[in-house]
Amino acid sequence: MADPYTTLGVPRDASQDAIRDAYRKLAKQHHPDLNPGNAKAEETFKAVSAANAILSDPEKRGKFDRGEIDASGQEQAPRESYRNHAEGGSGRRYSRTGPQSEGWSDADFGDIFNSVFGEGRQTDNDRPSHGRDEHYALSTTFLDAVNGATRRLTLPDGRTLEVKIPPGTADGQVLRLRGLGGPGRNGGPAGDALIEVHVAEHRHFHRDGQDIRLALPVTLSEAVIGGNVEVPTPRGPVSMRVPPHADSGTELRLRGRGVPAHDGLAAGDLYAKLNVVLGAPDEALEEFLRSWKPKTPIDPRQDMREQP
Amino acid sequence: MIGIDVVIGRISGLKRQDLERWISNAWVQPDRSASGYVFREIDVARARLILEMRDEMEINEDALPVVLSLLDQLYDLRRQMRDLNSAFLQVVPRDVRLDLAAHLAPHSH
Repeated sequence: MADPYTTLGVPRDASQDAIRDAYRKLAKQHHPDLNPGNAKAEETFKAVSAANAILSDPEKRGKFDRGEIDASGQEQAPRESYRNHAEGGSGRRYSRTGPQSEGWSDADFGDIFNSVFGEGRQTDNDRPSHGRDEHYALSTTFLDAVNGATRRLTLPDGRTLEVKIPPGTADGQVLRLRGLGGPGRNGGPAGDALIEVHVAEHRHFHRDGQDIRLALPVTLSEAVIGGNVEVPTPRGPVSMRVPPHADSGTELRLRGRGVPAHDGLAAGDLYAKLNVVLGAPDEALEEFLRSWKPKTPIDPRQDMREQP
Repeated sequence: MIGIDVVIGRISGLKRQDLERWISNAWVQPDRSASGYVFREIDVARARLILEMRDEMEINEDALPVVLSLLDQLYDLRRQMRDLNSAFLQVVPRDVRLDLAAHLAPHSH
């Protein structure tokens, strides 16, 4: 490890003020958050900080001068850097173009390519330019979003768009229809139509990623004795065997009956959570229950009492 | 959840009134909830950086908006370059990329 006096560029008899000034000057120059992507600046800054940690503290400086500690004994804790956050997606929070802007618009492409790749010499007026992206919203039913559908969208200007909702579309997903936005200028290509899909809630199905959940009412005898029941799925009803000794809350899985495979994701499963329904009063059942002595009596509320 | 007290506790030398002023200047932009400010890690790191710039680099608060604005523009561009780079890797064939790199390489003359 280098001598801290050399690192800060001060003589051994420098005053504390001179050391502070030297550190500040170097910190301004090499601070890694002000020099993102510059590994050399980061190394220099680390060395400068370590040197400053020794020399800015008269007690440590004395120990170093007397040879009681060496320059490497002062490793700094790793710095939490701003740049790591700012360079990732979370950095959009402080974007000058607004935190909601995600990805690239055609305007960004225009900026970069026209200036960086030398097309910027043409004047704005006769330069071919992309049309604007236009934003629309489309509401759809739960099943159309899960299974996929084609919908017709009428635009404010009277044009109609055929919108293909791909299977597995999630609420809030944005579909991009290339070339169906605003017209380009001077022979430039048209912009895109960006369609945000709003998926309505379903009465029975709830989406959970690729899986679908559903509360399935069963009768008392279906739960106790078991049997085949019909279960609705997004692609139509299927038959499912309820095993004997099921109960309210038992969850049965229908493999592959959730959201169909899309975009590299495997098809999800459908989870049916049983919900025992007793139905209308039944004299025979009441009669039976009055005289019924369970072989193993249970206390279904035991858990609740154990919690403070 | 990171509240304002946690931030002040984590950044030594940070005074509440300073942080509150930076928030009202929109230099730091935490979310707001019914129970007060909610900070993300990037907000904490940014507050720490602002404190360092003011106290260690002696950039006074009058000059800080200029620095922050340039910094935000710098990081906007770096994110764009990163996106551009990963898009190139995905869609541009290797020979074209090599060609491009050759054009962008420093000229020998």
